[in-house]
Amino acid sequence: MFTGVPILSIITFIPLLAAVALMIMSRLAPADGKAQIAKNAPRVALVTTLAVLGLSLLLVLDFDRTTADYQFVENVAWLGGGINYRMGVDGISVLFILLTAFLTPLCIISSAKSVKSRMLEYMVAFLILETLMIGVFCALDMVLFYIFFEGVLLPMFIIIGVWGGKDKVYAAYKFFLYTFLGSVLMLAAMLWLYYYSGQVLGAENATTDIAQLAKLDIPLGAQTWLWLAFFASFAVKMPMWPVHTWLPDAHVQAPTAGSVILAGILLKLGGYGFLRFSLPFFPDASLYFAPLIFWLSVIGIIYTSLVAYRQTDMKKLIAYSSVAHMGFVTMGIFALNVQGLQGALFQMISHGIISGALFFAVGIIYDRMHTREIAFYGGIVKYMPMYAAVFMLFTMANVGLPGTSGFVGEILTMVGAYQVNPWIAFGAATGMILSAVYALHLYREVVFGEVKNEKLEGIKDMSVREIVIMAPLAVLTILLGVYPSLITDITAVSVDALLADVNAKLAGG
Amino acid sequence: MQEFSFEQLSFLTGELVLALTVGELLLIGIFVKKRGVSIVRYASIAVLLIFAFSGFILNGTGSAFNGAFISDDFSQYVKALIGVTAAVTLWFSRDWFKRENLDQYEYSILMIFAVLGMGIMVSAGNLLTMYIGLEMQALALYVMAAFNRDSLRASEAGLKYFVLGALSSGMLLYGMSLIYGFTGTLSFAQIASVLGGQEDVNMGIVAGLVFMLAGLAFKISAAPFHMWTPDVYEGAPTPVTAFFAGAPKLAALALITRLITGPFEDISQSWVQVLVVLAVMSMVIGAFGALMQTNIKRLMGYSSIANMGYALVALASVGGASVGGAAGVSGMLIFMSIYLVTVVGVFAAILQMRTRDGALEGIADLAGLSKSNLPLSLVITMLMFSLAGIPFFLGFFGKWFALAPAVDAGLIWLVVIALLSSVVGAFYYLRIVKTIWFDDQAHTFVKAPSSLTYISSASALLLFPILLLPFATAPARALIEAASASLF
Repeated sequence: MFTGVPILSIITFIPLLAAVALMIMSRLAPADGKAQIAKNAPRVALVTTLAVLGLSLLLVLDFDRTTADYQFVENVAWLGGGINYRMGVDGISVLFILLTAFLTPLCIISSAKSVKSRMLEYMVAFLILETLMIGVFCALDMVLFYIFFEGVLLPMFIIIGVWGGKDKVYAAYKFFLYTFLGSVLMLAAMLWLYYYSGQVLGAENATTDIAQLAKLDIPLGAQTWLWLAFFASFAVKMPMWPVHTWLPDAHVQAPTAGSVILAGILLKLGGYGFLRFSLPFFPDASLYFAPLIFWLSVIGIIYTSLVAYRQTDMKKLIAYSSVAHMGFVTMGIFALNVQGLQGALFQMISHGIISGALFFAVGIIYDRMHTREIAFYGGIVKYMPMYAAVFMLFTMANVGLPGTSGFVGEILTMVGAYQVNPWIAFGAATGMILSAVYALHLYREVVFGEVKNEKLEGIKDMSVREIVIMAPLAVLTILLGVYPSLITDITAVSVDALLADVNAKLAGG
Repeated sequence: MQEFSFEQLSFLTGELVLALTVGELLLIGIFVKKRGVSIVRYASIAVLLIFAFSGFILNGTGSAFNGAFISDDFSQYVKALIGVTAAVTLWFSRDWFKRENLDQYEYSILMIFAVLGMGIMVSAGNLLTMYIGLEMQALALYVMAAFNRDSLRASEAGLKYFVLGALSSGMLLYGMSLIYGFTGTLSFAQIASVLGGQEDVNMGIVAGLVFMLAGLAFKISAAPFHMWTPDVYEGAPTPVTAFFAGAPKLAALALITRLITGPFEDISQSWVQVLVVLAVMSMVIGAFGALMQTNIKRLMGYSSIANMGYALVALASVGGASVGGAAGVSGMLIFMSIYLVTVVGVFAAILQMRTRDGALEGIADLAGLSKSNLPLSLVITMLMFSLAGIPFFLGFFGKWFALAPAVDAGLIWLVVIALLSSVVGAFYYLRIVKTIWFDDQAHTFVKAPSSLTYISSASALLLFPILLLPFATAPARALIEAASASLF
């Protein structure tokens, strides 16, 4: 369908163009027109992101799931010296594009109501953010990847800092500096890889092409350092215990839509990075460090689950639960088998949907009561029956109830881990139980019980806008829960190829 | 001996134009009472632009006066950058000087003298030419720093700059005399041939080289010779600081480049370590020194120290690169080109910080700017992110190209230090962004003249990678590659 059309660049840059257009229009407009443009900015943003969603859907439909090669490839000379503008997708990345395109319009719909100031700037920031997020998953060049990967920090910094809660400045700084510190080490490793490709292929053939670099055989000693450098970046982004501490702060202070994007997409960048770089580039080091990852994951799962139980702030609770769920992802990735990898990919997509929905759910009652304290609520099922039902669904999905998408990812990653080390799978299973403890605790405290707080009298149930946001998320959660091959069929061939590549390298070295 | 011919004069057309017009402009300044200042200013801008592009247009490469003056692709490129930066900073200084009642024609004249000195520095092929150029620009810069002579701070800045500058010139001269004593020649080419044949390097030559590099490190404000920078940046009139931050740094870096690729090319083991130490100290001191600053000009002073560190990393890699030193030189040129664009934009933005009561320099004065002046806020934000080296702004690419050859030269740990210190740097650049966007509004600035808004917006737009598309980057890259190749 898209032969000869740079469809990936189009999908990536449509939001940016819309953002620039919005800014220019508001510059040129007369004083009274400015307010008009700000008022209509959400509509423009919504139409744009829906267009992106439509194109991404077409992209996935047109995606050839029988080959592990990169598809829709674009390759244009860019900076010279082997640094090209390369775009392309395979089974691993294509679904993340769809996920991003799917969540962003929902965020726009939600924000159009809940954001009170500087609407135009907010929408511009979100559109730029979407461009960068999609770009990360499309980039097939190391430098291009790094640009998108790091660039994401800028709009997110502004979104948290301008539209965030009380301690927004602290949270924005912490978020930025933590992730930036991790990333610069990755940048050093990338520079070394660039230099090494010049050593092996000849100086004039030095390249930053991800596909070509994956073919290099890197000496074991260097692999260790490079792996650690990449790990520093991805572990922070993921985030893995013990470098997760920026996440709760960022989540609590960010506006609802910011939290959704943070949990839904940005956390996935780390996992995606492991799959795109760490495994194919440094298979020996990955195998060598796999036990470390396992233990960090399991400690993370159990520890953050316990911490989540003690939280008094709803968003913080969900943030810690995100860290726990990401533990399953890292565990699955480094199990280095089909179930583990498939499970990790599935878990990332599914967590993107579920945690997004949970943050929206918190946002719904926050917009009404302006507090996220769990103790403030209780018994809201009396006034918000529909909300209670929806919240129930996502709580169960978060716990990993069979029939929801949360179950599939967790069980697959555990099956994968079990083959490598049963104790790890045992630890992770304990974490699943703990997740039931904190998630049901949250649900009981907020939804059931007596109405202790008279301020809750007459709180309104979900509006049409909120139903529109939650409905697609609910449908997807169940659909993926009962029909997981929607995702696994697309990822299968690429995952197999990645594993074959890794195993061949391990056998060869 | 090379015979003198008039053809040789074509290699220094740019410098001749400057030298021949500066006298006339001085006369105009003295005798044309009413509009003399602006006539001199615009004529100076024109002359500076002629200087900038004369090399490209005449396209003469060769050497004059027995090799004492070299014109090659490298000098042409660097001079173009210097000339354009000087012209731009002269153009946007007008408003500031007018409002401070300092609008005098001498400023333009001094600027021309400084640029003339820089031109000679960049083209120097002989220790004496080099020294003449260096002192010529330095003397002009001392006076410019103290141009606001009724201000205590400006006089202090000028005096401080002069005393420390004289000290560094002394070190430079001492180093030069040692080199002359041990090689018996002043000419770069002959020094190179003397040193090329030696097995061991004489300690006297090493000592001379270190003294010379120390003297030059002062000029580019590399730590530990950086002490004057924050004070002079803060004390000097803001347009002067804008000029200090760009052109003189590039000129001195170009001179260092010429020294390490010319006369001292074969004894790289002696200067790589010196450059590495300078680079590490500059990056670290620049990054940590800036953390607690409250004055934005002081902050830019520390920022320039750190940025000189990155440029020095690129230069240090010239000595050890397996693919040849040209990558290091072009890395430095790319980095500095981007840095100049950014820094001119930053100062154009700082000059717009003015309320009815006068110019402001505090970082806190920017508080809440995004509510009152969105375009300027966006511009400053982009410039700061670019300085922090965060993609997708050009500053990131500058760092990439400055650091990549260092990896090639086996200086990976130096690259890691550079990147880590850039995280510290990100903290203080972000503080400005934070002040603009997150804090409550402090001031409403008066409407800035269009020259400033044009320049700051243009430099912010130039930082967008959309201009990195092949058709835009290829010619610039080709120029830089040719420039760095011409040194080897």
